[in-house]
Amino acid sequence: MTIPTTPVNLTTNPWTAAAMIAAIVLTSTAGEVLTAAAMKSIGDLDLIRARSGLKGAIRAVLTCPLFFAGVFFLAVAFFALLFALNHLNLSLVAPAAASLTLVTNAVAGKIFLKENVDRRRWVSAGLVCIGVYLLAH
Amino acid sequence: MVSLPSISLAHPGALLAAVFTPWIAAGIALLIGFFASYLTALSWADLTFVLPATALGNVIVALISRFWLHETISLERWAGIVLITLGVGFVAQGPALTERPASIDEEPQLEEPVATEAQPR
Repeated sequence: MTIPTTPVNLTTNPWTAAAMIAAIVLTSTAGEVLTAAAMKSIGDLDLIRARSGLKGAIRAVLTCPLFFAGVFFLAVAFFALLFALNHLNLSLVAPAAASLTLVTNAVAGKIFLKENVDRRRWVSAGLVCIGVYLLAH
Repeated sequence: MVSLPSISLAHPGALLAAVFTPWIAAGIALLIGFFASYLTALSWADLTFVLPATALGNVIVALISRFWLHETISLERWAGIVLITLGVGFVAQGPALTERPASIDEEPQLEEPVATEAQPR
């Protein structure tokens, strides 16, 4: 009812668009890395569940402050996405954010999580990145 | 959401009511299931392993759209599907977790030689 049928406020400035997409990519990468670090610090959830049941596993996750830091950034990324969609076309934002996030996560995983990002993982991150872009475009 | 009347900020209650629509409630329940599975995977696998692997969901969505909803998929999107499938097959052939010197309970994984061509199908 209040949604305009034609977007009137679409930004054409490429720098503004790039800044909005960068905000999504950075916050979502921060969220993913923090969540992954939280889960690594908790340990294998399957083992925890075998030891102390589903409730114990849920408690282990919900008592981890790092997990909430990750969820916070993921929530910020979600609202940054909504904000960007208010100003840019979905066909630009969705593929750009989804595919760039894969590459930034590979970099961040290597730097912050000290993961072994070997050539196999770089290649697969690159393939999936291009694939997601083509699919979502 | 498309089948619902459009929601404006003037009536936030409409958004809350939408949560209890059967389709949206089912969607939220499935999303919670996704997040729980995702967190469990992250607890025993690397982020750089899990993230490309979950991109396979995009392929499944595209295939469901094609064969169930009878949407047409352009050549560009088929190329995207092939690339994602290749990438996921490629990463899945490697170890899921980075070896840590501290974790001795992990079974030792041999350092694999340079990857052979991925053949996911």
